[in-house]
Amino acid sequence: MDLTNIYASLPADLVATFSMVLVALVALALVVWDAFRNNAPGIPWAGVVALGVAIVWELFALGDAPGTAWYGMVRTGGFAAFVNIVVLIGALLSIILSVPYLREIRHAHGEVYAIILFATVGMMLLGTANNLVAVFVGLETMSISLYILTGLVREDEGATESALKYFLLGAFSTGFFLYGIALLYGATGTMDLARMSEGLAAGENLVMFWAGVGLLLVGFLFKVSAAPFHMWTPDVYQGAPTTLTAYMSTATKAATFASLILVLYAALPPERWTMVLAVIAVLTMVVGNVLAIAQQNVKRMLAYSSIAHAGYVLVGLAAGTPAGYAGALFYLLVYSIMNIGAFGVMALLEWDGKEGQTQTLNSLAGIGPRKPLLGATMVVFMFALVGFPPLGGFWGKVAVFAPAVEAGLTWLVIVGVLASAVSAYYYLRVLYVFWMRSPEDEPEAAAVQDRVFAVPVTSAAVLIVCVVLLLYFGVRPGGILETTASFFAGPGASMALLP
Amino acid sequence: MVAQLLFFLLAIVAIAAALGMLIARNPVNSALWLVLNLFCIAGLYLTLNAQFIGIIQILVYAGAIMVLFLFVIMLLNLAELPRREDIDWKRGAAFILGMGVLAQLVYIVAMSFDVLPHPPAAQEAVATGSAQVLARALFTEYALPFEVIGLLLLVATIGAVMLAKRRFV
Repeated sequence: MDLTNIYASLPADLVATFSMVLVALVALALVVWDAFRNNAPGIPWAGVVALGVAIVWELFALGDAPGTAWYGMVRTGGFAAFVNIVVLIGALLSIILSVPYLREIRHAHGEVYAIILFATVGMMLLGTANNLVAVFVGLETMSISLYILTGLVREDEGATESALKYFLLGAFSTGFFLYGIALLYGATGTMDLARMSEGLAAGENLVMFWAGVGLLLVGFLFKVSAAPFHMWTPDVYQGAPTTLTAYMSTATKAATFASLILVLYAALPPERWTMVLAVIAVLTMVVGNVLAIAQQNVKRMLAYSSIAHAGYVLVGLAAGTPAGYAGALFYLLVYSIMNIGAFGVMALLEWDGKEGQTQTLNSLAGIGPRKPLLGATMVVFMFALVGFPPLGGFWGKVAVFAPAVEAGLTWLVIVGVLASAVSAYYYLRVLYVFWMRSPEDEPEAAAVQDRVFAVPVTSAAVLIVCVVLLLYFGVRPGGILETTASFFAGPGASMALLP
Repeated sequence: MVAQLLFFLLAIVAIAAALGMLIARNPVNSALWLVLNLFCIAGLYLTLNAQFIGIIQILVYAGAIMVLFLFVIMLLNLAELPRREDIDWKRGAAFILGMGVLAQLVYIVAMSFDVLPHPPAAQEAVATGSAQVLARALFTEYALPFEVIGLLLLVATIGAVMLAKRRFV
């Protein structure tokens, strides 16, 4: 067997996926560091530095020409760089928020940060994968890490329950996903996304192909918590440590949606699944928004709201046009920032000693005037989540809804707009309770009165950065929208494939 | 012809063993049914010319992993589940026969609409199952996923140790 030159492309591959390799190596180093210096305070900050370097590296790669690395396993170039940036920003902000929070709940183990970095590696592989094998490996690396993070607070029953629920249902959906991959391989004879449609044209196994697509979609929709596969989301988000919920509700969605976009765009002919995705988008938006109204616990409310936001992104995907995909990417970026901010504020307002599982919204009555920074930033995050004009959330919604109208899915957009109108009720109720109620009105709020919420400088900085980014996206969305659109259109576009 | 016969034989035994694993009331019996199932799957791999995977299936799954399973079951000293009341055999037989007829009908209808997948030609699988071919693919084309699987196993190990061993205050 001739083995000369099989690693000839190795140096180029390492450079092309430098950020992923860097994060993986630093994560390994953190494991060793923690083994010798248990819970050394420098561990999270080493992770932060690695993520920061990776973000800067990817920012320079944003304009790169499309390509693949590692024998066509992962994509490189603008699209991959954008997805990696969203995932890396999510990880970076979550780690900074987690440091004081995990110390507060007394679970500041060094391994936690290593596992967050490993999950980030999995997400980067998932979001840029060009081959179903890589998609699956990335998805599993991400999921296993998240199961562990969810069950971190082992002595608490709620956290253990949510981890077990997440693990069992996640393993079940993995089974669907794997069966889908097997059927797709059987029908097309290839795992490579770009060559899949050729393989389909060559073969005649249409039934097998569409059965595989269906199973694959079930796996994807489970991971992004779209209805009717959303059942696990509220329990898991409520039971997990709050800052880690911020991480898993944003970076996970970004990576999984990016992978779904790649699969839809590169491998599947659009005419059949548009309607399927449209129906699921409607279900997801309605279920998420309507059930969020009834929630008393803010973490649970945010969990339902994240289901609703998955629905908005699905509207963009249902359009099935390059503009729809570009809008979905932009939405994922904005959504990550505003959701991390909202969970970050809630993490700092926790007083029940049970990761905020039991405290109600009313118990935080009048917290705004007493904690002006948290109250004011929460105003921005809530208005952004509603989609109010001067903020990033507004342009996110425009970016996913406008392509759907152009694609003739006006009814879908009408449902989406009505759903966001409903969402205004529960988002703005948070602000009403924070700012316009006084603690004297609420018997529950008495317990919180004496409790001092110390806001660490680092967490305050993260919240302010989120606010600034949201304002920036709201005032000048043009540059980023053009960037995401350029991945899908024009000469030399990332997606107009391949070497 | 022989290959087809072997396939159906192994497939039927594998399905029966899987059912046996689910139905068995004693956990040790259940595990042994699973061993039989894994052996049949290994046999299926061999008929597909995938010798390496077949051998590995027996060594790793039927050998190492099942021994671990049995260890755990015996160490935990799990009690036998209470017996169910006797199965109604008439209804069981009626169910199986009914499903058989339904499957035949669906098969005929599907065939008449020409939507059934065509079975791949048997020669395609030849010469793909040897260790050299697998290793070459694994360390060149699939090198990146292979390495990330290493990370995945590491994460799972760290997580298991962390959740099980940490002394919580």
